[in-house]
Amino acid sequence: MGILEIQNVNKSFGGLKALQNVNLNIEEGTIHAIIGPNGAGKSTLLNCFVGKLVPDTGTVTFDGHSLLGKKPHEINQIGVSRVFQTPEIFSDLSVFENVMIPCFAKRDGAFELNALSRVQGQTDIREKAEQMLIDVNMIDKRDMIASSMSRGDKRRLEMAMCLAQDPKLLLLDEPTAGMARADTNNTIELLAQIQDKRHITMGVIEHDMHVVFSLAQKISVLAQGTVIVEDLPENIKGHPKVQEAYLGTAH
Amino acid sequence: MLGLNKKDTGLFIFVICVTALAPFIMNPFPADSAMAQFNAGYPDLMQRFVIFGIFAIGFNILFGLTGYLSFGHAAFLGAGSYAAVWMFKLLSYNIVPAIILSVIVAGLFSVIIGFISLRRSGIYFSILTLAFAQMSFAMAYSVLTPLTNGETGLQVYNDDPQWLKGNGPDATHFFGLEMRSTFDLDIGAWSFSFNVGYYFCAVLMLVAFYLSMRIFRSPFGLMLRAIKTNQTRLNYTGLNSRPYTLAAFVISGMYAGLAGGLMASMDPLAGAERMQWTASGEVVLMTILGGAGTLLGPLLGAGFIKYFENIFSKINESVLHGWFGFLPDGIENGLIWVIEHFVGSGWHLTLGLLFMLIVIFLPGGLMEGATRIRDRFSGDKNKKDTEGKYAPAGE
Repeated sequence: MGILEIQNVNKSFGGLKALQNVNLNIEEGTIHAIIGPNGAGKSTLLNCFVGKLVPDTGTVTFDGHSLLGKKPHEINQIGVSRVFQTPEIFSDLSVFENVMIPCFAKRDGAFELNALSRVQGQTDIREKAEQMLIDVNMIDKRDMIASSMSRGDKRRLEMAMCLAQDPKLLLLDEPTAGMARADTNNTIELLAQIQDKRHITMGVIEHDMHVVFSLAQKISVLAQGTVIVEDLPENIKGHPKVQEAYLGTAH
Repeated sequence: MLGLNKKDTGLFIFVICVTALAPFIMNPFPADSAMAQFNAGYPDLMQRFVIFGIFAIGFNILFGLTGYLSFGHAAFLGAGSYAAVWMFKLLSYNIVPAIILSVIVAGLFSVIIGFISLRRSGIYFSILTLAFAQMSFAMAYSVLTPLTNGETGLQVYNDDPQWLKGNGPDATHFFGLEMRSTFDLDIGAWSFSFNVGYYFCAVLMLVAFYLSMRIFRSPFGLMLRAIKTNQTRLNYTGLNSRPYTLAAFVISGMYAGLAGGLMASMDPLAGAERMQWTASGEVVLMTILGGAGTLLGPLLGAGFIKYFENIFSKINESVLHGWFGFLPDGIENGLIWVIEHFVGSGWHLTLGLLFMLIVIFLPGGLMEGATRIRDRFSGDKNKKDTEGKYAPAGE
């Protein structure tokens, strides 16, 4: 039994079958990578987990709840957080405010008309946000406006925002896309640390094999909308089907 | 003090002082001098300053914080005015029930319009609100005539029931204190008017301003600012943006209703033109001109536009002849021919030019200008534009 179970998911856009009978299980407490060539349907699959897309058929179950037809904020409230390919943060707000917002979401739920209390008076939220920034090593940047930071820092901030909610499942969509090597290694380190300390289940979509093989405990390979192989990392590397998917058939 | 930090308390005290001393500040020139033309300290105009200030403060809660540009806020202003006049017609000239009802009616009205319009964002939201406001305007003129008295405008007639009036006064009053009563103070050549209506509106404006400060600094305000920057992230952070934007919309609608109720309380009649799109556009101009998203900006913008509307539009050819009479005739006439296009009925041209200049050179409005000047004088180059906006809540 996995924490996230996907069964027979199909999704087509017009005539294009983006996902065909996808079955996938993410075990609790593991880092599960989903890899595959461009156009394999990785992002479509991820969007089906988070409520952005609704599969045509099939079921997506998270921790006993069906995710079908739920809105993104509802899915988040039951414990799924998501990191985007390009960091989605509140760029006009300060770093500290960025982290406070998910803390409020965790404490107060999807809506709370807290119009006359003061942000400054919310000691519990402020302490939690501060701790979060210390954890990801950004406390010295707390008063910076988020848009003025480097991409690596933005990614780090986005991660901190997701972690502030204590998610049960963290989904990462190409967390190192477009990053310099040093930033990539920092991100790998950060993710490994998070896994070590918090044992959060993670689903990672990734192109960079270096990242995948340094982190993943299990890998699913997606090609042309179906899962062709699901196995441990050491068995994936030399797998003939995987090589075929990436390099084409040998004639 | 009052749950505000030190900087906000200072700002609030400053606003209180300015509004309390406005009759002096607005009348800096002796009553008989040539410059008396520029005095703005007469009751009618001062009332308008604070009433439109309330309107703009409320609009800023929606537009300044969430970035949702409503082009139909005048509908709530008009609804508030009609509600207030109906209270005068049915109960009495006491303005308390009138103002309460105008806020409630505008609030309910904005729940309906907001619920539908907020399904879209950006330009589609603006167009939807504009359409609703124009629809209300057209309906007030035609099918709703029994409620609005159509083109004539709604007003109080002698044969209206006024059930609670008894021996009460024949003009709008606050438990007997008539809104129109004015105390004139003459000091030397200067003359200052202290009007009951102005001070009543000013007190409500200060309450409205205080509430808006609290909202700006609250978790609710933080969420609204988050909506403006990145709604996607907000939704994926487990927050539902719809009720937040609706709450902001309704709060700003109620501010508009309060402004409408006060307008009717100062002068008990309401016409459909109060709902027209030009009136909606005016509050957008005020907010942007003053500085959207700042606390003081909307008040400054409202004052600025109302001042120009009332003072520049009064300058006519004979006034100009009085000013330039010392010049040779040819030059005088030429100069006056040029200037008269910018004043009097041409004041919109001046306003348009000023608006363009401000938007191009000071995108943050008058408040950005004030911040730049202050930074120049304090010589602190490191303090950038963010200062004048909202201090980060992480202070």
